[in-house]
Amino acid sequence: MTSAKNIDPQILDASSAPGSGAADDICLEVRDLNMYYGDAQALQSINMPIQRKRVTAFIGPSGCGKSTLLRCFNRMNDLVDSARVEGSILLDGEDIYGPGVRVAQLRQRVGMVFQKPNPFPKSIYENVAYGLRLQGVKSRRTLDEIVEKALRGAALWDEVKDRLHDNALGMSGGQQQRLVIARAIAVEPEVLLLDEPASALDPISTLKIEELIDELKSRYTIVIVTHNMQQAARVSDYTAFMYIGKLIEFDLTNRIFTNPREKMTEDYITGRYG
Amino acid sequence: MTADFKDWWKSGTPWIWLNAAAVAASLIMVTGLLLLIAVNGLGHFWPATVWQFQYQAPGGETGQLIGEIRETETISVERLRDSGTLPPDHPEGVVERYLLKIGNRDITGLDFRWIPAPQILERTVPDDLVVLERSEWGNFYGFLESVKENGETVAGQQEAWLELQPRLQRVTEIRKQVRHLEKGRIGSINYQLERLRLRQRELELEGKDTPQALAEIQQQRDALQEDFAALQKELNDLYLEMQRDSASLRVMGGQVVDIPLANMIRAYRPNAMHLPARMGFYASKLWEFVSEDPREANTEGGIFPAIFGTVMMVFLMSVLVTPFGVVAAVYLREYARQGLVTRLIRIAVNNLAGVPSIVYGVFGLGFFVYFLGGNIDQLFFPEALPAPTFGTPGIMWASLTLALLTVPVVIVATEEGLSRIPSSIREGSLALGATKAETLWRTVLPMASPAMMTGLILAVARAAGEVAPLMLVGVVKLAPSLPLDGDPPFIHLDRKFMHLGFHIYDVGFQSPNVEAARPLVYATALLLVVVIVILNLAAIAIRNRLRERYRELEQ
Repeated sequence: MTSAKNIDPQILDASSAPGSGAADDICLEVRDLNMYYGDAQALQSINMPIQRKRVTAFIGPSGCGKSTLLRCFNRMNDLVDSARVEGSILLDGEDIYGPGVRVAQLRQRVGMVFQKPNPFPKSIYENVAYGLRLQGVKSRRTLDEIVEKALRGAALWDEVKDRLHDNALGMSGGQQQRLVIARAIAVEPEVLLLDEPASALDPISTLKIEELIDELKSRYTIVIVTHNMQQAARVSDYTAFMYIGKLIEFDLTNRIFTNPREKMTEDYITGRYG
Repeated sequence: MTADFKDWWKSGTPWIWLNAAAVAASLIMVTGLLLLIAVNGLGHFWPATVWQFQYQAPGGETGQLIGEIRETETISVERLRDSGTLPPDHPEGVVERYLLKIGNRDITGLDFRWIPAPQILERTVPDDLVVLERSEWGNFYGFLESVKENGETVAGQQEAWLELQPRLQRVTEIRKQVRHLEKGRIGSINYQLERLRLRQRELELEGKDTPQALAEIQQQRDALQEDFAALQKELNDLYLEMQRDSASLRVMGGQVVDIPLANMIRAYRPNAMHLPARMGFYASKLWEFVSEDPREANTEGGIFPAIFGTVMMVFLMSVLVTPFGVVAAVYLREYARQGLVTRLIRIAVNNLAGVPSIVYGVFGLGFFVYFLGGNIDQLFFPEALPAPTFGTPGIMWASLTLALLTVPVVIVATEEGLSRIPSSIREGSLALGATKAETLWRTVLPMASPAMMTGLILAVARAAGEVAPLMLVGVVKLAPSLPLDGDPPFIHLDRKFMHLGFHIYDVGFQSPNVEAARPLVYATALLLVVVIVILNLAAIAIRNRLRERYRELEQ
């Protein structure tokens, strides 16, 4: 099995990247990342660049470590007592596991949306304003503006503008998930981590989320974990295939789905296991 | 047949019946209990018919008895013959006997008397029989002869009753003024004088008792003394006014007694009352019961101070126990590393809930009252020593002791609530850049608030009914003043207080006149239940409002 360390440099070429971005504009870079839960190793020497303002998808069978890797990007794994990380992840060239990094600030720059919609039991407005209030924004007008902008950004404004002060828990699942995205983008993060954002939703809501991801990538670097390979193919520019804690292959999505270099990748996407 | 039975058995029907029977039995017991208390307690305030009996004792002498029938009992003739209350030739069998409340304790020495039915020659219900409720010596039963002013008869026989009422009204007015003077203004002056004394003592202890400072205090004191003298004079005048009228009444047996109107609380003729009048009387008695101070060693009057003390203590307890329990639970659940130590702490906390309450009372007395209170006195109130300020049982120590008693309940309920909050909510907050503390304050604690209220409800239910520990740390039979009044600092946490639970015990067992006080025991018990139910309903209402806000979470 090839080590994931040698990533084809070609994939980072500006010419091969979809659209025309700045060459080699790497937002997040994973370097030799090992991660353990107690004695069990969950991630093995992962190396991977995440391109700015592109969508990167992580695919792989259950338990392969894709969510774990995603949670390393905003240090969500810190919450697990036994979790331990070696190696580094660079956000704009700075190690987020370095000394002196303030986790709360990091999480403001790297937002996250979870598998199950998790709005707070507050009003729609207060949900979106939550992150802003944490940052100390008090002016009513600023809040109103940003809340509207975030809700528009999450394609939710038209549906909820008349009931901003209703409880968010009264919304449908799909709306809740978009609300959570609005909540995340209200604090203007650089990176948006999506952990299977559509797996708990019906097909129509899923479609809406996918359209939303497409819109959001012009402004944010997006990393998405998904079980659904069609979804990965539809929404992402880059795809990483992981298996039992290892990065097997990382490439342009087109290439992964049409011409994977690794046999395992091919087997997985053609549905031979997983 | 057997197959049918087997099917029936397997269908679970007997199990359902068993369940229903258990629920029904519990309901019957609870309603039965409440009914018993209610009937016995509430009947007390109804103006009962007063009987006049002509009787003949076995010796042949005859007499007259006036009183209310409190109890009727069937008893074997044999027992009465043995005790000599029935003649030896009385036919075998059973007879009824009545317990009469004959009142007039100052004349007859006893309030109650048994009379067997066969001794009674004639029974009447005279309309003009007057019942007096007095401020001492209990009820009085008799016939009004005349009303006197300064010893001179102003009305006799027929007009006497009409003359009595307005004069009684006047006395009641004066009594109100007297109470206002004594409790309000004179009490306030006494309080301020005491404060001045303490101030002077404080200055002496600190060595700052310069002649100038002392003179200032003396000046204030003189001013207060002057006020006091004026009030004292006013009071004396009022007392003289009150003593002006009196009434002559003829009791059973024909003796005539003079009773000053100053001693009368109420005068009424129950036999002459029609139904609306009786109902009005009942309402006024009931109101007196819940709104007035007790009289005559708690066997008469109202129990307002006890209601007030109970409610205030429960409030203080809630104010103390909630933050304490919540903070402890948050630490245990959110911050402490889960392991052997936290397990041990949880076991200890749960066991605390099972410690007999009197043990808490002993602890409260030893630690709070003597140790903490004693040291507080040394440090902050040296001027009052050797008289203790906080080093003696009081409402604060009682509330603290009960808070300690109920803190396990709050901790357990809050922990339960915290553990039920989905981790996705916490993660959502953290992912937005909140620190753990911010997540706790902004999201987790508000969401756990219904659980905290549940804990508080259980705590209130337990604390309000607790008596044993209170007897050691602050409850008294009769508190001269409420722990909340108009003298600064308004809330007097060092004061002793009265409590409904203790009141029940005191009236029922420590009263000089147990028979007379028994209905009051029931009435007080009923009131205690009502107070606890109201406190609980209030807490439940708050919890339901909180729950409503976070309702979707309970999926």
